[in-house]
Amino acid sequence: MFDKLFKGTAAAVTLGLLTAIPAHAVDLQFYFPVAVGGGAANTIETLTQDYMKDHPDVKIDPIYAGSYQDTITKVITASRGGNAPQIAVALSTDMFTLLDDGLILPFDNYVKTDADKAWLEGFYPAFMENSQVDGKTWGIPFQRSTPVLYWNKEAFKEAGLDPNTPPASWDEMVAMGKKLTKTDANGNVTQWGVRIPSSGFPYWLFQGLVIENGGKLANAEGTETYFDSPEVVSALQYLVDLSTKDKVMEPGILDWGTTPKDFFERRSAMVWTTTGNLTNMHDNAPFDFGVAMLPQNKQRGAPTGGGNFYLLKGSSDAQLAAAVDFIKWITAPAQSAVWTKATGYVAPRPATWETSAMQDYAKGFPQVLVARDQLQYAKAELSTHENQRVTQILNDALEAAITGQKTPQEALTQAQAKADQVLAAYR
Amino acid sequence: MLKREWIYGWLLILPALSLIFLFTHFPAAMTLINSVFSTPRGGKDAHFVGLANYERLIHDPVFWKVLVNNLWYALGTIPVSIALALLMALLVNRPFKGRALARMAFFTPTILPLIAVANIWLFFYTPGFGLIDQILGFFGFGQTNLLGTPSSALPAIMVVAIWKEAGFFMIFYLAALQSIPLQLAEAARIEGAGRWTIFRRITFPLLMPTTLFVSINAVINAFRLVDHIFILTGGGPGNASSLLLYYIYETSFRFWDTAYGATLTVVLLSLLCLLAVGQFFLFDRKVHYK
Amino acid sequence: MSRFDRYLWNGGAGLLALLWVLPLLFAVWTAFHPSAYEANFTLSAPITLENFVKAWNAAPFARYFLNTFLLVTGITGAQFVLCSLAAYGFARFRFPGRGILFSLVLLQLLVMPDILIVENYKIIRAFDAVDTLQGIALPYIASGFGVFLIRQTFMTVPRELDDAARIEGAGPLSILWRVYVPLAKPTYLAYGLVSVSYHWNNFLWPLIVTNSTETRPVTVGLSVFATTDSGVEWSVINAATLMTSAPLLIAFLLFQRQFVQSFMRAGIK
Repeated sequence: MFDKLFKGTAAAVTLGLLTAIPAHAVDLQFYFPVAVGGGAANTIETLTQDYMKDHPDVKIDPIYAGSYQDTITKVITASRGGNAPQIAVALSTDMFTLLDDGLILPFDNYVKTDADKAWLEGFYPAFMENSQVDGKTWGIPFQRSTPVLYWNKEAFKEAGLDPNTPPASWDEMVAMGKKLTKTDANGNVTQWGVRIPSSGFPYWLFQGLVIENGGKLANAEGTETYFDSPEVVSALQYLVDLSTKDKVMEPGILDWGTTPKDFFERRSAMVWTTTGNLTNMHDNAPFDFGVAMLPQNKQRGAPTGGGNFYLLKGSSDAQLAAAVDFIKWITAPAQSAVWTKATGYVAPRPATWETSAMQDYAKGFPQVLVARDQLQYAKAELSTHENQRVTQILNDALEAAITGQKTPQEALTQAQAKADQVLAAYR
Repeated sequence: MLKREWIYGWLLILPALSLIFLFTHFPAAMTLINSVFSTPRGGKDAHFVGLANYERLIHDPVFWKVLVNNLWYALGTIPVSIALALLMALLVNRPFKGRALARMAFFTPTILPLIAVANIWLFFYTPGFGLIDQILGFFGFGQTNLLGTPSSALPAIMVVAIWKEAGFFMIFYLAALQSIPLQLAEAARIEGAGRWTIFRRITFPLLMPTTLFVSINAVINAFRLVDHIFILTGGGPGNASSLLLYYIYETSFRFWDTAYGATLTVVLLSLLCLLAVGQFFLFDRKVHYK
Repeated sequence: MSRFDRYLWNGGAGLLALLWVLPLLFAVWTAFHPSAYEANFTLSAPITLENFVKAWNAAPFARYFLNTFLLVTGITGAQFVLCSLAAYGFARFRFPGRGILFSLVLLQLLVMPDILIVENYKIIRAFDAVDTLQGIALPYIASGFGVFLIRQTFMTVPRELDDAARIEGAGPLSILWRVYVPLAKPTYLAYGLVSVSYHWNNFLWPLIVTNSTETRPVTVGLSVFATTDSGVEWSVINAATLMTSAPLLIAFLLFQRQFVQSFMRAGIK
């Protein structure tokens, strides 16, 4: 009797409290990285403000957490310290790491209505490859990218090439590269044909070569790698030959961060880099440039890249429901268009491309469509259990081959053996 | 019986000591414990593995590589930056036009945060249009790819560290130089001593305490200063420019192999403790001789 | 000194100074010119303030500067107090456990909190000090280096001064304050400079423990531009760097004589 009365009172009091303080009933923390320059952080904050205006009962605290690497470090450190945020944007390839540590929740529990299901199915399949495993969805694509080839039309014209025709195949890229490589009187090269940067995370652009060569680096479950398969080895041989045999690319490790500048300074006539650079290229290139899909060998191909939304464990159900609602809102076409225009990332849903805002944008800047069209050939970025360690093994092997310390076959055979050791525990 | 002096002594050291225990000894002990356990993964808790992590360390070629790199880094940066600091201090200790500007020039590394300066050095090292290549090109020399070549990546990193440190240490030498009485050198000169003799027999010995102070800092920094590696090379190519602390960071925060990270940390900790104790005896003796 | 010698020395000083100031010169060049001139040093390049506007809009640098200032002065101040007390205890008091406790302090001489980040984060979290300036400062304020350095200086203070003050009836704290601290001024200055420079540059730990604008130091703010996914924008990074470093650079240029002399006055050891 007392018990019932007590419960009733408690419920009434709780209800009263809830209705009495409608504002900020739910607090959310949202960690995000910035990988494309200072403006992106402001766009995220503006979008969050807009959401809170429409949803006064939710308070979101967007926390800029550094680079991708800094962000994942911060997310895992905070989660292990018992202080996890509710939402985080981190690399799509960190999925297995977060899963193995038991830090994230699947989105499936919050996808109930038909409208929800339609939302989840509305993303490009190439982006979902890195976001789903074992039939569950662990990540929602947000700031996603893919590598493309940028070429300097003026340099093409000077070399007697058609400025509107980029290389379509590996052989064409070498042939054009030879025409584009210029030396001065002292024998120093003043303009290289092509640049595929190899510092920090060489595996990413290399994966483009592997897919084009008909190979793959790992299985979808993230438990097997194929580093020493013939397709992978010959892809690396092609990359190494660009500097050593064909002499169309500068030898040694080429820095990722200085690549756009290298292009602007006319040091390289063609560069491979992310679509995340489009806005930068558009604003700063002192010449007419084109954007093309990566050249094919056996087939077209490119990896995807960039960051997903994750839902972290350790919060109340109300918080998580609000978090999912926010993620749905920010990936909806109107918001997604704002984000894509501000940053140059590839909008991850076809619906975004159909908004009038995006169509106007593409009319004025048609190069943005190349990345979208390449998505049909794109594959998931290399991602395995203990992802960063396995990719580091591959990176070390690539760097060793590029700097001539090992042959491609040697480097990759050793890398495969090391990766097998690491992944054995997950098979 | 408790003496009053005991209680005073204990009370005086209590605040500092409890904080040092809390933020150094306690976490260091936890690290030591973690190093004999496995890394907890996928719901599997850590379990006792004895010395397995240390066995792995002995067979880890990357560990040996970064250890050797770090020793070269220490051997290369410590003496050079101290010698340069002393030279700079001697140069700007005399009156000449533009002395204030020269002093400020040497002081810039102290003020510009390493995270920003690393980007500037990245430009200097960039092949082709980078500053070094522009200057070499002006004189008709060929091009370099200093950061992208295994043999030159570590020296390139060391140059940045020397730039950062020498300018900072210069300040201490400059202050010490100014406190040496002019009469000493004057008297020696009257007796016919040359400049080099004066420096070797008078100035340098009087600067000994400063040298020891500076060298402690230099040793600490040789194992601590890795911020610029993140931006310049990421430890590459193929770990050619990776250092112990950078490898610890990679293992613990990128590979999330906390147990192995702890094992590496224990190695670094023991190395540092050894150096600390060694330097303490050196420092203690010299200062008391004075 | 012969005239030739003087030329040689001045030339050497000039050359070395030029080498050392190059990064700063480059920063000034890029910050005031459009990004197209980052690698192109032509005198006719147009001058612009746009990079500063961009940097200013990208992060609240005034607030970050204030945070760094509070952090650095707070840490250094707290270090002075705690380390002086402990140094005095170790230098002039005999008590059981002194030797072993001092060697425990010495162990921290080189063991920097930077390598114990995960464990330290747990402790700061337990104190509920995540995302506070105290949280950034706490692991650093008791410094083995500081205790060691100040103790070395205190040990050179003549006992007679100590005794004289005691006969006048001064207590330990008052003796510390009136006798020891004034005599150790140059040590404080030297140690203060090391500490300020360390925390002015510190990046990783503040990044991990802070979550909001109100607590972040300048280095974390600068890292917004340091991420290289889309290429390095030297013009904006350098504008931001200059904005945050200019006050200190100008102050040093104006006061460098006094600065060096204050070290000198009591003779740094």
